Amino acid sequence: MTTVEKAPPVSQREVGLLRRPRATTGFASWLTTVDHKKIGILYVCTALVFFVLGGVEALLIRLQLFGPNGTVLTAGQYNQMFTMHGTTMVFLVGMPIAIGLGNYFVPLQIGARDVAFPRINMFGYWVVLLGGIFMYSSFFLGGAPDGGWFGYTPLTSAPLDSGFLPGRGPDFWTMGLILLGVGSTTSAINFIVTCINMRCPGMSLLRMPVFTWMMLVIAFLTLFAIPPVTVALTMVFFDRNFGTLFFDPAAGGDPLLYQHLFWIFGHPEVYILILPGMGIVSETLPVFSRKPLFGYAIVVFSGIAIGFLGWGVWAHHMFVTGLGPVAISAFGLATMLIAIPTGVKIFNWLGTVWGGSVRLTTSMLFSLGFIAMFTIGGLSGVMHSVVPADTQQTDTYFVVAHFHYVLFGGLILALFAGFYYWYPKVFGRMLDERMGKLNFWTMFIGFNLTFAPMHFLGLWGQPRRTYRYDEGLGWETLNQLVTVGSFIIAFSVLVFIVNAVVSKSRGQVAGDDPWDGRTLEWSISSPPPEYNFAEVPEVHSRDDFWHRKYTEDDEGRLVPLPSGGAEAHAAAGHDGHGIHLPSPSYFPLVTALGLPILGYAAVFQNVWIALLGAVVLLYGIYAWAIEPAD
Amino acid sequence: MAIIEQTDLTPAPPSPPEPGHDHGGHGGPGPSAALTNPKLAMWLFLASDCLFFGAFISAYLLYRGREQDGPTPRELFDIPFTSATSFILLMSSLGMVLALAAIQRGDHRRFRLWIMATALFGATFVAGQIFEFTEFSRKGLSLDTNLFGSSFFVLTGFHGAHVCMGILWLLSLWGMSTQGRLGPEKAESVEIAGLYWHFVDVVWIVIFTVIYLMPQPGT
Ligand code: HEM
Ligand SMILES: [Cu+2]
Repeated sequence: MTTVEKAPPVSQREVGLLRRPRATTGFASWLTTVDHKKIGILYVCTALVFFVLGGVEALLIRLQLFGPNGTVLTAGQYNQMFTMHGTTMVFLVGMPIAIGLGNYFVPLQIGARDVAFPRINMFGYWVVLLGGIFMYSSFFLGGAPDGGWFGYTPLTSAPLDSGFLPGRGPDFWTMGLILLGVGSTTSAINFIVTCINMRCPGMSLLRMPVFTWMMLVIAFLTLFAIPPVTVALTMVFFDRNFGTLFFDPAAGGDPLLYQHLFWIFGHPEVYILILPGMGIVSETLPVFSRKPLFGYAIVVFSGIAIGFLGWGVWAHHMFVTGLGPVAISAFGLATMLIAIPTGVKIFNWLGTVWGGSVRLTTSMLFSLGFIAMFTIGGLSGVMHSVVPADTQQTDTYFVVAHFHYVLFGGLILALFAGFYYWYPKVFGRMLDERMGKLNFWTMFIGFNLTFAPMHFLGLWGQPRRTYRYDEGLGWETLNQLVTVGSFIIAFSVLVFIVNAVVSKSRGQVAGDDPWDGRTLEWSISSPPPEYNFAEVPEVHSRDDFWHRKYTEDDEGRLVPLPSGGAEAHAAAGHDGHGIHLPSPSYFPLVTALGLPILGYAAVFQNVWIALLGAVVLLYGIYAWAIEPAD
Repeated sequence: MAIIEQTDLTPAPPSPPEPGHDHGGHGGPGPSAALTNPKLAMWLFLASDCLFFGAFISAYLLYRGREQDGPTPRELFDIPFTSATSFILLMSSLGMVLALAAIQRGDHRRFRLWIMATALFGATFVAGQIFEFTEFSRKGLSLDTNLFGSSFFVLTGFHGAHVCMGILWLLSLWGMSTQGRLGPEKAESVEIAGLYWHFVDVVWIVIFTVIYLMPQPGT
């Protein structure tokens, strides 16, 4: 070697067995990418697959309940279906879609070229995917979880040989959720550091778009909500497998401890699910009304207030466990209080639309649908906070109706609003609006057919989580209606999938800014270049991109600026050379692979598998640590 | 409403000059980077871990004095012994401080000395814990004996696992230093390991107080 040759730059040095991957296209690139945009796409696509799985489970539940004394499922299978349905929808659909959209759009909205920790970001994705596969593999390895999505003790914690939940399902469930918790904690840390440290010049906190704000709030909620449930699940696992007595009443243990720990996580969790939805409509409503968000600061602060108050209401899930009148009055009151910041937001959204020049695009329809359905779900939520009423409603279909109005009518409708809004940015083509309208109306009608009758069924006494009902109770007609409704929803989801696949190649070309947007992601090309921003933008106001395009005349009318979006065009001339991006890496995948292996080791209590898992994990961590960061 | 919209138009605070576009912005200080990315991340993780221990400690407190049969804490604890190993763990934090100071000066010999001492102190603590566990089980306490056994072993066991993880981390830093992979630009990674190590120590102070020092309930 002569002195003329330069030593290879650090990033090209090879480490360990695996050579540093270079490809940025093709299949392998998806395994090793650290680009937050690709990771975002992976999250959303994965979650949509789980959405279909969870949906199929729901349809089976509904087929079983179509008529009295259904025979589609056995009692045991039914238990597996509602448990996996709930678990899937919460942990493998709701959270990952939000994290995926956040991954894609938070850096774009704050003018950053990537997230703070690109490799940890990818690690989080792999953990979610592998955790989901781990949990679903239980179907083939001795039975799926069947203790309900909140897995109450002592049912779930009774020792394995007690015969209560004889399969391996509950162990897959505890280990799977612990795994997913690791993934969500890492992505929460990543989001917080990104939002705090990576904002572009001028992007003060109170100029951050509301969607980004809500992702920041839920990152904090995730960070503090996961540990209590991890502890609770660990105790359940030990009780079942190693003979500890945490939840064994006969030995003095307290099953209610589990409920407290679970709901200290569980209530913040429902805000983790809904706040991103609120963030999305706070982006779409202003754009499609051509008005700024009405009361930005109030929307942000009520989001934060919800985040704080959310920690003080967990026991409203435990009103009938005998906590005593003082405790339940306090928690009932706190629950009513939390409705205030929520109600405030609803008025903010209405104020945004009011008097605007509204464009009824599919995204806008979903956003408006969100407001209406979420309001209904919120109202039945306030009904639950009234303890005597809740005592009547708890564990009936009324509760099922309530939380589907907030989760489906709230979260899912908002996510679809987000899909139609952001798809053009991600793929450079518009989703078809005609199919979109079909998608919206079938979903809206199907949703209400499915879940509105459940209010009545619940008040008439139909219990939830019960695999059949007798004839002659007067529940037949409505149950049939519900099942028909659920198939209309399924059709609607199918329409969306077709639309998404077809539009990717045939959709109308979108251009950079198809909706006349307000936030930074619309200032760059669609799809965005790998480095996002050729020049790191500098922001001078909230909705900066809008103010680059429009100004107001003396009467407050909008006047387009002749140079509208000029910076974007100037930047287009820049070819992005010399922008250094982090290199792809195998090790997030390798490290993440270690975790489910350890999970299997725990479930089957096999030392050899544990050893293998530990070796994979440690190899991944060390190779990762030695590999240069970029 | 008018007031709120007004704030849209306030001028931006003075922003630092554009740093050029050489890097993807990694680790680069944003508008308010009081802490670098890795350090902030570590603090956040520790905040989260606080709740992990907090939940186990709450469970322990809830179940204090509820054991129905089998040995009780009073019969088992050897306070002088555990105090001694706890003291050793606390002293290891001093070693960590000295190791960090050494690496920041670029003094690798001292750094390796102190980081190794820290790890050994930690290992002594873990050895003490293993001894204690075997002692207890010889006297008839195991996970499934009573609630005390369950909550004691699980809480202190998870703390011990944290210490073991820390020891592995310290030894890795030691190894990296011998291979010359721990340049001055990596001093921060020692600092971050230090944050973790001190945290594990502080948690032990709480656990030690709750388990051993608080007056035992019951007769
Ligand atoms: C296709 C649309 C859906 C239908 C037809 C549906 C139907 C159902 C039904 C009938 C139950 C009650 C089972 C029982 O108690 O016996 C249920 C439970 C549940 N659903 Fe859905 N659902 C749908 C979508 C969703 C979505 C989008 C989410 C959340 C994001 C969700 C979350 C849950 C949860 C958490 C449970 C409770 C599970 C348990 O009791 O352990 N569902 N669903
Ligand atoms: Cu709640």
